[in-house]
Amino acid sequence: MVAAGIDIGSTGTKAVLFDGEIRASIVVPTGWDPKAAGLEAFRQALDCAGIAEGDVHSIVGTGYGRVSLPIFDRKVTEITCHARGAHFLYPETRSVIDIGGQDSKVISVDEHGRVAEFAMNDKCAAGTGRFLQVMAGVLDVSLEQLGQLAVGATPAQISSMCAVFAESEVIGLLARGADKGSIAAGIFHSIAGRIQGLAGKVTLSHRVTFSGGVALNRELCSAIGASLGVDMWVPHAPQMVGALGAAIMGFEA
Amino acid sequence: MREICASFDEIAGLRERNAIALKVAKDRGRKVVGTYCLFSPVELIVAAGAIPVSLCGTSATPIPAAEKVLPRSLCPLIKSSYGFALTDTCPFFHFSDLLLAETTCDGKKKMYELLGRMKPLHLMQLPQVQDEAALEYWVLELKRLIRRLEQAFDVKITPEKLAAAVLLLNEERRSLKALQDLLKRKPAPISGMDLLTVLHNRGFTVDKREAIGLIDRLTAELTGLSDNGFSPFTTRTPRILLTGVPVGIGSEKVVRLVEELGGSVVCFESCGAYKKVDPVLPGNDLLRSIAEKYLRVPCSCMSPNTGRLQLLEKLVQEFQADGVIDLTWQGCHTYNVESFTVKRHLQETAQVPFLQIETDYSESDTEQLKVRIEAFLEVIGTRRGGRP
Ligand code: SF4
Ligand code: SF4
Repeated sequence: MVAAGIDIGSTGTKAVLFDGEIRASIVVPTGWDPKAAGLEAFRQALDCAGIAEGDVHSIVGTGYGRVSLPIFDRKVTEITCHARGAHFLYPETRSVIDIGGQDSKVISVDEHGRVAEFAMNDKCAAGTGRFLQVMAGVLDVSLEQLGQLAVGATPAQISSMCAVFAESEVIGLLARGADKGSIAAGIFHSIAGRIQGLAGKVTLSHRVTFSGGVALNRELCSAIGASLGVDMWVPHAPQMVGALGAAIMGFEA
Repeated sequence: MREICASFDEIAGLRERNAIALKVAKDRGRKVVGTYCLFSPVELIVAAGAIPVSLCGTSATPIPAAEKVLPRSLCPLIKSSYGFALTDTCPFFHFSDLLLAETTCDGKKKMYELLGRMKPLHLMQLPQVQDEAALEYWVLELKRLIRRLEQAFDVKITPEKLAAAVLLLNEERRSLKALQDLLKRKPAPISGMDLLTVLHNRGFTVDKREAIGLIDRLTAELTGLSDNGFSPFTTRTPRILLTGVPVGIGSEKVVRLVEELGGSVVCFESCGAYKKVDPVLPGNDLLRSIAEKYLRVPCSCMSPNTGRLQLLEKLVQEFQADGVIDLTWQGCHTYNVESFTVKRHLQETAQVPFLQIETDYSESDTEQLKVRIEAFLEVIGTRRGGRP
């Protein structure tokens, strides 16, 4: 028995095949066509594992694009999926921080990997991947470079939480000759502050998993860990956690 | 629901029909008093022979107009109320001879100062505690309102008229409670959206007796349907109790989403719904009984507001709620801050899943809200031993 989990997010679409173990794990860009991206990720995952489509007994969809694919046997929100995926990777975990392209969540998880409660950012983009992208754009660097810039730098003070205001704040800092490294560190600091605010709304344990594509950024991980005062587990492919959770749920169903 | 229930149709058309009825009544010399809040002692208006109407603040349409005057970050309910007045697009506002307002939250309080420039407005100074001294003061405020109504409409509010008004309004509360209590049945015989539509439109009635009859008929029809096993839901449908800010048609986004995503809103612990059914209790001093009834409204502008916690605890039990959603408007400090207390209280007493949603009247966050609400329904599902 093999199950597939497909997580169609705002930037990346992820597919995982699971049969008690992870058989394949694929990321493709979502682009403008979430439906095509979902099918493409699924096909690549099948190829990669050498499994025929007919052998997949359950396909679970998650992420913003989950409404768009007719092949799903079941749809589950990314909140439930991230909790499940994180629990599989780190059975001890009791909290999950997930920062995606459009939103960020802090989820508290019970010993079975079930969601106990969660908090999610409101309308505003502060503390999301989008915020990070806008800021990298202002500094004219890639997301990876943003991380490298921040290493060892003293964070500049960025007080605005709103992406639009923070953008002009950063432009102001640049105009005053602040160096990019401290601005990058300041940006991470600001995101960490926002996550700290969210984490205050649920019961946060010290056994935290950090998931979602933004967790690839090591500097950001340490900024968030430091502001929460916890050590976090960061999976080597944090963006796959939601798809993994979806696949596990399909496998167990 | 709409197809099989005759009274529902009739109620759905009330707002339009009553705008005309209101005009006719005015042409015949009746006076109209517009109210904004559950603290308005409607008994006094009725005893003065005037028609009380609730003024609407649940539509997004007049908000841009209001924002020319009011700060954008203000609560949408206040902006909507003010916008309706400013644009003169609400017939019920238009026909009001007098506006009745209370000093509740700071935003409303200051907005009423501006509103008072457009129409005669009587402001009641509402205490913010619910103790003996506050009650004494509130009785004086009721007396001040009586004098204002008597002067403005050249009438005398006699004890007999007041007693009759209390009877009538208690009867209205009885009928509204009976309708809402129907949703204690599992599964609920009517959706939360339909219930909200009925409660909202009912607020625009000119003839209270007629409205009571209509609600009672609807309750009877629904009881029959439910006895025959009719319901839009199943016994597995997650039952949601909605608490928090006032909600109506135009600001029903969250109710709609909950039901689209597979839940059922079985109880509204809000101003237009369950908070409203609390009757005036009999006593030796009628005016004092009325004052007591209004002062115990468990609104977040009261400090402390323990009444809301007790009411919620009771309603969660009675309606067998599987989850509580606390709806708060952006810019509403009292409800937003109080959400923390409500959550903690419910965790300690009812152990029921709780979700706060902070939003406004726009559709811009619909996708995010869907994730949140759907995940909340999943939490309820797994708590029942469903698949994680
Ligand atoms: S929430 Fe409070 S202030 Fe608002 S209408 Fe209800 S009672 Fe009045
Ligand atoms: S929702 Fe809050 S801010 Fe708005 S009128 Fe009611 S109490 Fe005031």
